[in-house]
Amino acid sequence: MAVKSVIEAVREAIREEMARDPKVFVMGEDVGIRGGVFLATQGLAEEFGNERIIDAPLAEASIMGIALGAAFQGMRPIPEVQFSDFVWPSINQLIGEAARTCYGTNGAVQVPMVIRMPYGGGIRGGLFHSQNVETHFFHTPGLKVVAPCTPYDAKGLLKSAIRDNNPVVFLEHKKTYRLVRGEVPDEEYTLPLGKADVKRVGSNITLVSYGLTLHYCLEAAEVLAGEGVDVEVVDLRTLTPLDTETILDSVKKTGKLAIVHEDNVTGGVGAEIAALAAGQAFEYLDGPITRICGPDVPTMPFAQTLEDAYMPTADKIAAGLRKLAAY
Amino acid sequence: MSVTIELPHVGESVVEGTIGKWLKKPGDTVKRYEPLVEIITDKVTMEVPSPVEGSVVRLLAEEGETLPMGAPIAEVATADSPEGAEPESAPIEMETAAPDSPGTTGQLLRDVTPVGPTGGAVVENLEPAGASAAPRTPRPAPAAPVPAAAPVAPVTPSGQTRLSPAVRRLAQEHSIDVSRIQGTGLGGRITRDDVLKFVESGAASAPAAAPTPARQLQGETSAGGQETYITVTPVRRMIAEAMVRSVTEIPSAWSTVEVDVSGLVALRASVRGEFEQRQGGSLTYLPFIMKAVVEALKQFPTMNASWGGDKIIVKNNVNLGLAVAAPDGLIVPVLHNADQFSIAGLAAGATDLSDRARTKKLTLTDVQGGTFTLNNTGALGSYMSGPIINYPEAGIMTFETIQKRAVIIDDAIAIRSMMNICLSFDHRINDGAEASGFLSAVKSKLQAMAPGMSIY
Repeated sequence: MAVKSVIEAVREAIREEMARDPKVFVMGEDVGIRGGVFLATQGLAEEFGNERIIDAPLAEASIMGIALGAAFQGMRPIPEVQFSDFVWPSINQLIGEAARTCYGTNGAVQVPMVIRMPYGGGIRGGLFHSQNVETHFFHTPGLKVVAPCTPYDAKGLLKSAIRDNNPVVFLEHKKTYRLVRGEVPDEEYTLPLGKADVKRVGSNITLVSYGLTLHYCLEAAEVLAGEGVDVEVVDLRTLTPLDTETILDSVKKTGKLAIVHEDNVTGGVGAEIAALAAGQAFEYLDGPITRICGPDVPTMPFAQTLEDAYMPTADKIAAGLRKLAAY
Repeated sequence: MSVTIELPHVGESVVEGTIGKWLKKPGDTVKRYEPLVEIITDKVTMEVPSPVEGSVVRLLAEEGETLPMGAPIAEVATADSPEGAEPESAPIEMETAAPDSPGTTGQLLRDVTPVGPTGGAVVENLEPAGASAAPRTPRPAPAAPVPAAAPVAPVTPSGQTRLSPAVRRLAQEHSIDVSRIQGTGLGGRITRDDVLKFVESGAASAPAAAPTPARQLQGETSAGGQETYITVTPVRRMIAEAMVRSVTEIPSAWSTVEVDVSGLVALRASVRGEFEQRQGGSLTYLPFIMKAVVEALKQFPTMNASWGGDKIIVKNNVNLGLAVAAPDGLIVPVLHNADQFSIAGLAAGATDLSDRARTKKLTLTDVQGGTFTLNNTGALGSYMSGPIINYPEAGIMTFETIQKRAVIIDDAIAIRSMMNICLSFDHRINDGAEASGFLSAVKSKLQAMAPGMSIY
């Protein structure tokens, strides 16, 4: 097995799926000649031509609308939103239409498209290049939402997303692109959507996260292990469908639940998981459900000190875990 | 003007009550039907609602004070009865049961559930039966004096500790009195791990079969240090009074027979797995013995009766009382119309009653109207016992430990599962002939049980 970065894993998944299925095509800003601003599609234009790797104008509503129309006709488009911060002009196409088409046509029309979005902060991207957008899509039935954190998961899940007949919002944390490297099998594989992965087995606290912060969770768990607290780290991988079974099994085992995400705390994914545990594992809870999340500020600050203050870090997570362990 | 609140008549059998806890203090406003005070009667603890809306002017009885029913306990100023005017009496309306429908006295309680541990009592008309059953049943040693009225937190009798849902569930599953656990969490909180360690340590005694835990001494030590004085709880006092009444009024006699339950043991073993899978809960010997007893009672109706002075009152329903060791003391919940049930039905009914007895969820109906009492003293390791009759019933039967013994059958020595059953009976109602006939009937019914018999 070769060690690869997340961005390489993403690129491989797209290339393999495009080679496998001629209906798959990519459309987005700078995806062709430039190879994507993060180089996710580097070399693909040369390999598959400009008709399947389409450079689009700076017009997200059009990109999403054209992709949607192509999906209606049986194509399998992969529209790229250059930064997730730019998705808002296309929300009508995405939430207003794509999410509702299958339901609204009683299954007659399906929307097999994957909307790739680099997202997240901690990269000094400032107000318009650091946003977390997942909660909006997590809240919307009809969309699947995937947020991997390792090269292995990114590749296997992206391939499954492309083969899925539902619109899938595929969230790639920008900071993981080159920072996170890991082994990726040389042979063909896919990973199922809707299945969480226990990245660390433990018995005292269940720590649920996804994306970049999952790595900080693993670091914090390692620190806590040195203090005699055995933390189980659950990587959601897929936000929708949510793997409630894995979460509940873990909470029932440990009796304590902490949730970490970079997105704003209020009304976030963590709130839903807290409600899930309170509703379905109430009699197993032995401590207050704890959320260690981004604060409720309008967007990621640019100043380094303020960005640091915003981001959940291993230190902040460890502090929250210590408190919960002592409860 | 204020309205005087009286201690309500809560049951035809109850003549006095003790103020357990005031839920309102002077100056508090109270809505109509809002709980005003907790009253302990006999073994019943209940919340009594206010009959009027208004503000509490003064309390006329202190917590712990015992008063006759109808005694004034508080004054409440109502909107249309300004303070200062002559108090008028506002008796709390309570439905009183017709003599033959003992359950209806629980009307009020059902409206204000949950109720505390309950037990019927005793009256001149001999109608209801109650909780004054017989031999001392061991109970989990309470670590602290238990406030008699604790209707809300079944596993926190002290009411001092908040328990997490996980701790509460585990404590109930293992029947643990959490006040015995030393908490290691934040501020001494009892954590899930504390409970699990407590269970692993074996300190949590199994509810009934465990060796009798010695009662922990909580009380004042005498001047010389030679004696310790334990304050008698209302529940303890009422058990004591019921016992005294039984032994002083009833001339009881005692008899025992030995039963070969090898067939019953095999029967239970053969149906147990299927039953537990189908109905959940465990299948003990109790429902089989209940079945034999209710059938024998139908054969010997004067054993299902009361002494009425100039008459013997034979009860047409078989309402079987089951002695249960509850956290606060002995309780005898009653399975009404026990003769209508199959063995499986008896099992379900008995499990439900004993579960609710241990979690203080019994209603008044559950503890009234008993006609005969059964006590599983064998679960405590007893080989033979002399039960005290649950006044005013005609008899009480115990069943004892099942042991394999060498017995002679057809001049050969055989190993059989043997069990003693013991009967105390009111000799005013029955003579030895009836008592022996009854025991023999129970015995033959038990000995007839064998694999192949349906329990449904």
